[in-house]
Amino acid sequence: MKREMEAPIFEKGSRGRSGIDVACGDGPLPLDASLLRDDLEDFPEVSEPEVIRHYVRLSQLNYSVATNFYPLGSCTMKYNPAVNERAAALPGFADLHPYAPEQTVQGALLLLRDLEHWLCEVSGLDAVSLQPAAGAQGELTGMKVIRAWHETQGRARRKVLIPESAHGTNPASATLCGYDSVSVACDERGLLSAASVRALVDEDVAALMLTNPSTLGLFEEDIEEIAAILHAAGALLYMDGANMNALLGVAKPGHMGADVLQFNLHKTFSTPHGGGGPGAGPVAVRDFLEKFLPRPRIVERDGRLAWDNDCPSSIGKVRSFYGNFGILVRAYSYMLACGGDGLTETSRMAVLAANYLKVRLEGRYQVAYQRPCMHEVVLTDKLQNRLGVRTLDIAKRLLDHGFHAPTIYFPLVVSGALMIEPTETESLETMDRFVEAMTAIAIEAESDPDKVREAPHETVLARLDETRAARYPVLTWRRPAVVAVAGT
Amino acid sequence: MEIPDDLHYTKEHEWVRVEPDGTVTIGITDFAQEQLGDIVFVELPKPDDETVVLKDEAFAVVESVKAASDVYSPISGKVLEVNDDLPDNPNAINEDPYGDGWLVRLEPKNVDDVEELMNSDEYEELIEGLTD
Amino acid sequence: MRFIPHTRDDVARMLEAVGVTSVDALFPTVPASLRARASLDLPAGLGEREVLERLSALAAMNDVQASFLGAGCYRHYVPSAVSLVMGRSEFATSYTPYQPEVSQGTLQATFEFQTYVARLTGLEVANASMYDGASAFAEALLMALRVVKNRSRLLVSAGLHPEYIEVARTYLCGYGRGEIVEVPLAADGRTDLRALEALLGDDVAAVAIGYPNFFGAIEDLASASRLAKRAGALSISATTEALALALLRTPAACGVDIAVAEGQSFGLATSFGGPGLGLFATRAAYMRQMPGRLVGETVDEDGRRGYVLTLATREQHIRRDKATSNICTNQGLAALCATVFLGLAGRRGLRELAVENTRAAHRVAERLRREAGVELSFSAPFFNEFSVEVPDCEQMFVRAVAGGLVPGLRVASLLPERREHRNRLLVAVTECTSEAEIDMLVQRLTARAAA
Repeated sequence: MKREMEAPIFEKGSRGRSGIDVACGDGPLPLDASLLRDDLEDFPEVSEPEVIRHYVRLSQLNYSVATNFYPLGSCTMKYNPAVNERAAALPGFADLHPYAPEQTVQGALLLLRDLEHWLCEVSGLDAVSLQPAAGAQGELTGMKVIRAWHETQGRARRKVLIPESAHGTNPASATLCGYDSVSVACDERGLLSAASVRALVDEDVAALMLTNPSTLGLFEEDIEEIAAILHAAGALLYMDGANMNALLGVAKPGHMGADVLQFNLHKTFSTPHGGGGPGAGPVAVRDFLEKFLPRPRIVERDGRLAWDNDCPSSIGKVRSFYGNFGILVRAYSYMLACGGDGLTETSRMAVLAANYLKVRLEGRYQVAYQRPCMHEVVLTDKLQNRLGVRTLDIAKRLLDHGFHAPTIYFPLVVSGALMIEPTETESLETMDRFVEAMTAIAIEAESDPDKVREAPHETVLARLDETRAARYPVLTWRRPAVVAVAGT
Repeated sequence: MEIPDDLHYTKEHEWVRVEPDGTVTIGITDFAQEQLGDIVFVELPKPDDETVVLKDEAFAVVESVKAASDVYSPISGKVLEVNDDLPDNPNAINEDPYGDGWLVRLEPKNVDDVEELMNSDEYEELIEGLTD
Repeated sequence: MRFIPHTRDDVARMLEAVGVTSVDALFPTVPASLRARASLDLPAGLGEREVLERLSALAAMNDVQASFLGAGCYRHYVPSAVSLVMGRSEFATSYTPYQPEVSQGTLQATFEFQTYVARLTGLEVANASMYDGASAFAEALLMALRVVKNRSRLLVSAGLHPEYIEVARTYLCGYGRGEIVEVPLAADGRTDLRALEALLGDDVAAVAIGYPNFFGAIEDLASASRLAKRAGALSISATTEALALALLRTPAACGVDIAVAEGQSFGLATSFGGPGLGLFATRAAYMRQMPGRLVGETVDEDGRRGYVLTLATREQHIRRDKATSNICTNQGLAALCATVFLGLAGRRGLRELAVENTRAAHRVAERLRREAGVELSFSAPFFNEFSVEVPDCEQMFVRAVAGGLVPGLRVASLLPERREHRNRLLVAVTECTSEAEIDMLVQRLTARAAA
């Protein structure tokens, strides 16, 4: 059966229906009419079965990890264990109020404290805050911590070095902390060289934000020397942990010289991406930075765990309450399931899978950098370009083969990038099928380039007009114009 | 690709036309619009007595779906007029970059500054270098 | 490890293809000095049954008591239909919809979400969500500084949730512009408009008011907006209980330019305070200054209606250091949850739910006054939350909790430095508050009076 689009919920239902029954009683409302709003214009009137059908149908228009391989590079689309969902839904977690008295939430505090310790162990750093709601907020938190530390050293400094291959969140977070971003080019290896850092470091540089492995899927081989250069100049090393799935049990950021690191639990620790969140972005720091972490901190007091709000050096809270607790429970559940050895196996298999895809695909596609890769590999469309086929076309044609596209046109330093991250949870058979699809597209680009350029052909919609969407933005539903029928 | 020979050019792909009355008109080149793709939004300065633009500083933003590009002023001056049609019809930049797609008209501080810019032959050479 | 499919044979095949003899040999680029020598010092992995046992034991160490806690996180009923849709792994395990042809489910649901947020606030445009109400508020202040250039003071009502103000201070610290000045409350629990007027000036970028505010008071938002507008500043409203927006005059009708809210009430569990859901809406004129993702309607090559991420040039992945925000991952699944909830409740049900909450809260306030002799702290009208004066608040609270009841939030626990709050108890009542809980609360506060 061919799937079809679904009309917006606002075009469904009928006057008088509702999907909930409310016993609101009669009689006057204890509020003055001048305080009240007009009717909830445009809200639908639909029954419960209509709502279920609408959203279950919509769900079927989505691609997901649960349905197939999702090779988005730097997004770590690994399997999201089912048990995590059950754990987060336990009433003892789901029904907790953030302001419930400490003695009634000891289980939650114990879980959070253990998770902090475990993330310290994985990162080789000394203290963790679980508060940031996502990776970008973790970056912001980490950079605020760095700024606060510099201020205690006398001067906040002005600049942050950021490799040009970095995620856009790095410079955006630096700006929010009042820093100017200085872009640093990578060398012919695709790496950030110690020499280029040495050339740029001065007493105005607060930190370098370095993603390791980089978004090119490469381990930053000069990282120890880079850290030493920074530290000698009184600057700090911020490590973006978006790609930690390559490093669990393999190498620790703390040993590399990182002073601050954010995790993306929705990547490395298997919590579901949810179509764009919620995630969680815990921040790990070295001991001398701990006092700057967001408050409150978990402490032991009178034989039980408690929130400590008395943190005079803290940068303050970065969001309400303590973090995306439901996501933290899922990550905890995952770490319990894996254990230390399982996590190490995770990274080893993730790196093996990426290297496997790299050797299987090279030849058909240009590999951006000829070095052993870590958890992801970056290809380009250079071989297809002469046929008039671009990365976007390859991505769209993959959808016809039943696969999601890789991350495309990122990192920006690689022209026509196709960034592929298989993770450790895809079977060899699945990866082989993906290789077959990519190979078929490469061959088709030679034999029938138009077919590739006009893809996708099998999806519920053809290519969408993004220019129109941006030129004439329609961001909320509008009632379709009523067409008058002549003669009535 | 069109490169009219009566205009002056910058290496950031802006063009400058000196009008008979001594004012200058600025826009982005055919090459620039082609690199950006469909233009969806243009941010222009407000034209009033207060608004001046400085040489080599960004005074406008031209956006496509996937890119935002600052437009740098090749010359200092007071903003006399901006192209009011662009917000509703950004496509004009794609269709007629040297005509309907113009961005601003300035009263230049020093009109001789345009002589430092490239002529059409020099600009053509620059583009050939970029597209090799 | 049950999540990893590779057998010994699979590993051997892959190694052979790669051309190395061991998995260790895959890491030649990691300097030997950095390679882990010992295994991770973490507990050994567990089977699923043991994982669940361990987590159930932790959950059982928590005691979910009868409670009148609100203050930005509310106990509302979560309909089963919401849980069912949230459990659809097609939604839960998808990524940000970068490939629209295979992401219409998430995109359309987000478009519906934006529509709901716009209609609830009365404003023209809303984004695809922020982390929570507090960070949405901080982003609203940053946006005001972008819209109103060359002004730096931000007048923030002391009636805003203390955590929202703290988060805003954190965001602004070091940003280089934006100085928060608190506007005191008047005796009725609403923002002191005279004080506001006196503080306004040509260096003020925005005025921010809680609606209802932290103490439950329904503010005179229209007057505050009028004063802000007259001074050339933007008006911002922040709502911690989004259900109130289904009943109260919309922020837009009160002249607000940016409305933010915490949307947890729309189908999300309290979950120890997270995930929450930041709602963010503004006027169409400020659309390009908004933070966060936006979904827009368009057509495909065959003219069929569809949805895409749009206006992305504002965002970090394109504009980098000049982006309107650093936000990337937002609260997608929580936004879906609210979307399903709002559809279920619908035009009639949502209003009725808001009415039920209002009536229930007023009934409790009346019983406390009549039976326990406990007076409201403020005379301002309220929605489903109010503050009462309890002379020996601390002792009463300790005894109540020992007896299995959390009677509300001691305001002093969040604002210890403000002496005027030391006897104040913030009480939230929702449709989930049972008669038995209300009886317990009345008895507890009556006993206090008798003691």
